[in-house]
Amino acid sequence: MMPRMDRNDVLFLYRQMLLIRRFEEKSAEMYALAKIAGFLHLYIGEEAIAVGAIAALRPDDYAISAYRDHGHCLARGSNPSQVMAELFGKATGLCQGKGGSMHLVDVSRRFMGGYAIVGGHIPLATGLAFATKYQQLDLVTVCFFGEGALPSGQAHEALNLAALWKLPVIFVCENNRYGMGTPSERAIALYADVAGTARSYGIMAERVDGMDVLAVRDAMRRVVEQARAGQGPFFIEAMTYRFMGHSMSDPAHGHYRTKEEVDEHRKRDPLVLLKQTILGNNLGTEADFIQLEREVEEVVTAAVTFADASPFPTPSALHTDVMREV
Amino acid sequence: MVMSYREALNQAMREEMRRDSRIFLIGEEVGYYQGAFKISKGFLEEFGPQRVVDTPITEAGFTGLAIGAAMAGLHPIVELMTMNFGIVALDQIVNNAAKMRYMSGGQLSVPLVIRGPGSAAHQLGAQHSQSLEAWFCHVPGLKVIAPATPHDAKGLLKSAIRDHNPAIFIEAQLLYGTKGEVADGEYTIPIGVGEIKRAGHDATIVAYSKMLLLALEAADHLSREGIEVEVIDPRTLKPLDLPMIVGSVKKTGRLVIVEEGWRFCGLGAQIAESVYAAAFDHLDAPIQRVTGEDVPMPYSRPLEDAAVPDKARIIEAVKTLCGAQ
Repeated sequence: MMPRMDRNDVLFLYRQMLLIRRFEEKSAEMYALAKIAGFLHLYIGEEAIAVGAIAALRPDDYAISAYRDHGHCLARGSNPSQVMAELFGKATGLCQGKGGSMHLVDVSRRFMGGYAIVGGHIPLATGLAFATKYQQLDLVTVCFFGEGALPSGQAHEALNLAALWKLPVIFVCENNRYGMGTPSERAIALYADVAGTARSYGIMAERVDGMDVLAVRDAMRRVVEQARAGQGPFFIEAMTYRFMGHSMSDPAHGHYRTKEEVDEHRKRDPLVLLKQTILGNNLGTEADFIQLEREVEEVVTAAVTFADASPFPTPSALHTDVMREV
Repeated sequence: MVMSYREALNQAMREEMRRDSRIFLIGEEVGYYQGAFKISKGFLEEFGPQRVVDTPITEAGFTGLAIGAAMAGLHPIVELMTMNFGIVALDQIVNNAAKMRYMSGGQLSVPLVIRGPGSAAHQLGAQHSQSLEAWFCHVPGLKVIAPATPHDAKGLLKSAIRDHNPAIFIEAQLLYGTKGEVADGEYTIPIGVGEIKRAGHDATIVAYSKMLLLALEAADHLSREGIEVEVIDPRTLKPLDLPMIVGSVKKTGRLVIVEEGWRFCGLGAQIAESVYAAAFDHLDAPIQRVTGEDVPMPYSRPLEDAAVPDKARIIEAVKTLCGAQ
């Protein structure tokens, strides 16, 4: 049953997803121009998960992610110009150019970071949740990771601790079916039901359509409320698909995925699905989408302009913030 | 008053936990069991299970949890039953705790102490007898502390707990029962400041943790033979009190570095390099290192004894330096 929808609300969700989509497309362009270097993992195709899940949070809840983290950071409300500047390695970046694409952090938005050792940030999420419980705050922590992280030992240790201590954490598994080039059926024993991993620890788990932002948000709203009330942890397996390669060095198809397979999934593009819902329910018009495109284009262009114009860190920055001095 | 190293650690944590409710102790057997080595004796009763947290045997998981909690403003003390198990948590320590502040451009800090016994005890076998301080010292973003006496252990543990950075605090199973004078009342010892444990002018010995006790025994012996050795305990391994070591070497012209860890890429190699760079012209002879042997620790007692430094080898190294036989 579809809950009643509000025009501003659904257009906001669409705008958030569109911002990520256009930001990521622009990032790819900047990578090709060598403005961005190193690893770059794009979130294109998976936008509904970050946007839907984060829309269910309060501003003071914690979110933490892995290395495909631009989407979560932007959905959390970070300034796209600072995010782009970080990708450019500039002093004005979120982390002053010291983090890069895989290590975005924005504490002001309670975005506690992107982490690039697969599975390694999942214990951190349980720690954030442990802290809020210890501090007797009614906050929840949302931890995003790919299904490829789930077989890791650290993921299992974290699931066990979260369940053992009933921590207010929601594990959001973005199941895009491939850990780099390896399909999950060749990597995960429970590939047909990865949420079963969480259930084996007594964690309530459900699968949602990760291409449907409203479905993701509805599922999240239910569990966030329960987690806030001390009934956590929870696990959500969001079924999705990345439209691009694993990173910029990996082609979208032809290597381990066929073009037909990618095209098939692109038919369920989360932006297209939401747009159809909005139009079908007379909550918006083509003119609204044209307007949103224009707004987002402006934001992304401004982000690139800002990043380009920003200075690189000075050499003196090399040795700052290794330690906290005071 | 005189107390054991174990009691000094217990006091340090107890005083700090009374002072600051953000501090909690987490690890295997720290609560109901009162600590595998009884360091946290009485803690569960005083502070309750919320602040004295027994964990499953999952070092990566609970160390990571503690790091996350520190990011959210708590001040965890992680007890590793032994430092050997830090290897299981090494990803968390190296990739998260140590790098968090830098990667976030100064937004985050990780006020965290990871403590437990390092080095060999007696016949615990290859996996439970390692001196891993050089590993931790190698990583930017960590402080590494290895006190030898009850007084230093208490003062430095309190400083480590109050520090805003992740600290690896290395104790030793064979030190827990040793006793010494501990100052009454509230005190801390600054991180990064060594101490001259015995003054002398013929040679300098740098030794830390339980190797300090061996070095002092050797110095006593040498004194009876007319060789007066200055013994320096850096107490903190990173940041290292290089000025104190260099100052002593400029006076004595001779340096012996004692460590229990493996020789190749050991901490003594780094200290020697730093001293050569700072005081080469003051050295009358090449720096001597007395170290553990480059082998996994054997179980058999005679082999184990041969694998770690002893008093005789320290004495021999000093005599070699001083040209005496």
